[in-house]
Amino acid sequence: MSAAVELDDVSCDFGRFRAVDHVNVAVKPGEFFSFLGPSGCGKTTILRMISGFTNPSEGIIRIGGKDVRGRRPNQRPTALIFQNLALFPLMPVWENIAFGLEVRGEDKARRRAKAEELLRLVDLPGAEDKMIGQLSGGQRQRVAIARALAVEPQVMLLDEPLSALDLKLRQHMRAELRAIQKRTGVTFIYITHDQGEALAMSDRVGVMSQGRLQQVADPREIYNSPVNGFVASFVGEMNILKGEVEQVADGFASFATPHGTFRARLAGDARGAPVKLYIRPEHMVLGADDGGENAVPVTIGDIAFEGNFITVSATTDTGAQLTAELRNDGVARLPEGGARMAMRFDSQRAMILPDETARG
Amino acid sequence: MENLFRRYGATLTGAFVVLTAFWLLALVILPNITLFEASFRPYLPVVDIGGPRDVYSLNNYRLFTANPVDVSFLGFGFSMPIHMITFFNTVIFSAIVTLITFLMTYPLAYYLAKTVLPQTLPTLILLLFIPLWVSEALRAFAWYIILAFDGPLNAVLAGSGLVEKKVRWLNGVVTAYDAIVIGLVYTYVLFMLFPIYGSIQSLDRNQIEASEDLGARWWQTHWRVVLPHAKPGIASGCVMVFMLSAGSLLVPSVLPSTRSNWFTQTIQSYMLESQNWNAGAAYSFLYILLCTVVVTLTMWAFKVKLSEIAK
Repeated sequence: MSAAVELDDVSCDFGRFRAVDHVNVAVKPGEFFSFLGPSGCGKTTILRMISGFTNPSEGIIRIGGKDVRGRRPNQRPTALIFQNLALFPLMPVWENIAFGLEVRGEDKARRRAKAEELLRLVDLPGAEDKMIGQLSGGQRQRVAIARALAVEPQVMLLDEPLSALDLKLRQHMRAELRAIQKRTGVTFIYITHDQGEALAMSDRVGVMSQGRLQQVADPREIYNSPVNGFVASFVGEMNILKGEVEQVADGFASFATPHGTFRARLAGDARGAPVKLYIRPEHMVLGADDGGENAVPVTIGDIAFEGNFITVSATTDTGAQLTAELRNDGVARLPEGGARMAMRFDSQRAMILPDETARG
Repeated sequence: MENLFRRYGATLTGAFVVLTAFWLLALVILPNITLFEASFRPYLPVVDIGGPRDVYSLNNYRLFTANPVDVSFLGFGFSMPIHMITFFNTVIFSAIVTLITFLMTYPLAYYLAKTVLPQTLPTLILLLFIPLWVSEALRAFAWYIILAFDGPLNAVLAGSGLVEKKVRWLNGVVTAYDAIVIGLVYTYVLFMLFPIYGSIQSLDRNQIEASEDLGARWWQTHWRVVLPHAKPGIASGCVMVFMLSAGSLLVPSVLPSTRSNWFTQTIQSYMLESQNWNAGAAYSFLYILLCTVVVTLTMWAFKVKLSEIAK
């Protein structure tokens, strides 16, 4: 029921523009894999190459171990869920779902039965005879999933299908999609520019930029140990300080900046390349300005109360902007705007990363 | 109306309204009412008009069912009024013209709407429009020349040895209406192309891709996704081509065979040759009515609603 998808040194050119640049990745059978990246990074092209609508200029794509070169989308064991879902508005729900069976010549009774079964699976029983126009956004989503599942694909490809939904529904559908994936065991390949979506749902995430795969890892590692500045700042928020590496010992380095010298973890391949220091706002601790390691004296600026956390913006003496994110535990006293304080961070949690993306 | 008033003032707005009303009333509505009234009166010498013999009757309409002649169709022999035969021939061959234009334009419309690169589209549309720059009459005469016994078509076919003897194309090879069908297809093909092109163009490409992704072969995608979406455009193209063909006078007059007769020619011979405007008017209204019935029945058979076409 589920198959592995391998991209073996795959590139794709559109005229002079290289949309996908030597991508190597092996998605395991039954895995929920996300390609995460900003728009125009090539992630949709990857999806279209796997489904067969676009041909790679170089490299090999294997589905279930078999090279699928030259096979049209209707000959591949994949099902694509489009960003706009592309449901057929002139057919009732059940015909939409059973379309893949209809074109395979299944008889009507079995098609209808399968549609009913799938509607139960996606938690939308009784909607068989409605038209697409009568459904809400979330219901359409479910119909699109059911329609893709009906052809019993080995790989499901999803092109940002949740982007049109409102926040609450989106969060609900995330959990739903994940549950459906676990229930069916089908390999899911998910495309998104929403890091929250990718981190929350996926077994593994591949972060892309400018056609290149920057890092492939599980969500924790992507967030906690990004390999370069792009991954670090695209996934989550970052305070970024410019400077130079001075001394290196045991994976740590001292990093000289105009705001002082700090100790931080040094990523293995950061030597030689231009580097910057990255600290997550939630790892910043706000305290009195009384010196110590990894403390930056700052003047407090804006304070944004966001409910579950509080974002404090501050300016260093040299004019750089830093942000700290404090958990709202209900009792914490907020700093005053304009106050002199220090932002501290643990050297374990600060990273010196190559500034450039992996583009060679 | 209020906007018009505010924008152009009372005088100009009044002039617009009066001119439009004049055009509608004097040039459209009144002539039609006059003809409609005339269609119920007998054709009389001038001195008798308004006299005791000038009474309303349906006699002009009854002419349609007069003069039966023997015909055989698909091996069945029966007798039918001669003008009714003309009517059925006109409707059948107009329907054939409609079918041929549809079969010709659907692939082309799909190609233009979904396959062609956006930068080459204007050139192709221009190429399609160029024949329209020449008047309809000249285009019909062009086909007359092409199909003539000593014309270029026979020259090419006989010269290349594809036919042994020259063919009398204008006299009809398959039916008596061959040349008329060719001429009408050529004249009205764009009236089919553009509505279909427009309706296919509005189809989301993802729908086509989704269909293919779900395993449909190309003809299944067309049958289940593209054609249903394009149905309103196809319907309006068909109605236009059918009505224009059925109402065409020029093409059947320029490209006739010895055995062809178009219903418009019957009306024309009443109106101009016999000067019998009464019967001509009766036939005109009857023709509009019958064609509307044919179109309505066809639309009903294909489950097309009028509101869909109007979109």
